[in-house]
Amino acid sequence: MANYSTNQFKNGLKVMIDGEPCSMVDVEMVKPGKGQAFTRVKLKNLMSGRIWERTFKSGDSVEGADVMDTDMEYLYNDGEMWHFMDPNTYEQVAADATAVGDAHKWLKEQNTCMITLFNDNPISVTPPNFVELEVTETDPGLKGDTAQGGSKPATLQTGAIVRVPLFINQGDVLKIDTRTGEYVSRA
Amino acid sequence: MTINSAQWQPTASMENLRKRAAILAQIRAFFAERDVLEVEMPLMSQCAVSDPFLDTIETRYSDYIGAESYPLYLQTSPEYAMKRLLAAGSGAIYHLGKAFRNGESGSRRHNPEFTMLEWYRPGLDDQALMDEIADLVTSVLGIETVERCSYAEVFERFLRIDPHQASLDELVAETRKHVEIDLQDDDRDTWLNLLMSHVIEPKLAELEAVFIYDYPASQAALAKVKTDVKGQPVAARFELFVNGMELANGYHELTDAEEQKQRLLKDQQTRAQLGLPQRPLEVRLVSALEAGMPDCAGVALGVDRLVMLALGAEAIQDVIAFPVEHA
Repeated sequence: MANYSTNQFKNGLKVMIDGEPCSMVDVEMVKPGKGQAFTRVKLKNLMSGRIWERTFKSGDSVEGADVMDTDMEYLYNDGEMWHFMDPNTYEQVAADATAVGDAHKWLKEQNTCMITLFNDNPISVTPPNFVELEVTETDPGLKGDTAQGGSKPATLQTGAIVRVPLFINQGDVLKIDTRTGEYVSRA
Repeated sequence: MTINSAQWQPTASMENLRKRAAILAQIRAFFAERDVLEVEMPLMSQCAVSDPFLDTIETRYSDYIGAESYPLYLQTSPEYAMKRLLAAGSGAIYHLGKAFRNGESGSRRHNPEFTMLEWYRPGLDDQALMDEIADLVTSVLGIETVERCSYAEVFERFLRIDPHQASLDELVAETRKHVEIDLQDDDRDTWLNLLMSHVIEPKLAELEAVFIYDYPASQAALAKVKTDVKGQPVAARFELFVNGMELANGYHELTDAEEQKQRLLKDQQTRAQLGLPQRPLEVRLVSALEAGMPDCAGVALGVDRLVMLALGAEAIQDVIAFPVEHA
């Protein structure tokens, strides 16, 4: 991979820090009134998700990370691994629980997810911002209560539990915002 | 850099640009009322700034089209030229115009071409000039007062160390507690700067507006060196921070020609050691000081940042119509 010098640093740049792939979240030049300039970078470790800050002297360089985001279709879970397929090449990859993380709650077969590959191995899975999932279990709906007040838990087909309005019934298909994990509407 | 034809629009809103114009008018009115003369200084010079950590943008000029070209340097501050005017008997003067610094972009606080307000007051020292700066800044920003803290006091207050007495090892150890950086450097000032920019400056936001004065003598630049109340040699230099952002840098100006010459030569030496370009030194400044520059205080203030603060803007790009990426 190429090396990147501090003047090439920018948000989203993927680099290797202490042997692990990281993404730059925020880049700020720091220049004292008198004295040499530094580049202060907020980094996200793409393996662990940890976010922290590191400072570089102007002109320092770091190695780029072979990290690629690619859209893939979710196929199935075999009890241990989650399997995805590139819809163009039909190439398949299997992601473990660490890579999938919380995304497993929103994975529905045939949905397109963004898979982050590091040296061709999946290290994280980002579900679509909105997914439509069926309610498999909830208290019976209250007739007439369509708008105001009150909520109850509902279990969705993926196992996720979300707060929903009282009028929702088992079998309803709901639109969920995966970034917040919140109910949006009936689909 | 690639040119994107779709990106023709300014990054600043028209409302911000109108407010910016009003602030520029307010600055000119402030100095007109105080009888400080507006002067226009050359943006291109045959000499460049000596400071090893400022990089001058070089342009090339031909005396007639087709003639061999030679370098002219875009000013990083009108300081040298203004001091030549002071020595020629100008009295109090200010300059409101563009300054240029290479490599200063990619930040919400920097644009390589920026607007600088610089002014000089014969007969005033650094503390007296701070009063005048406070008058201007409080009226533009609509704030009550500007506090004052010495460099030693802020280090004591936020880090419990004495920046003048602490050893290199102590400064390195303290920095490593707060800042993750892969760096070997035996210059105390590097570590003091890291502590200042990474630890203290963010905390200065608590104070809203504050002058930090009496910098280490090693960071004097073009300020006089004096002795503080504890007998410590310090630079008669100050910086103004508002909401943790550096806004101005000022000095009780060095008037000693020999000392000025030595500092220019020392900067040039440092440049050589660091493998930085050797550019013509402003020897006419030394001659001006020899002829006699009045005892005075001077300050440079970043106008784009002042506008950012007045408007509550997050980024310098919000107050400049066409920042470098769009210029």
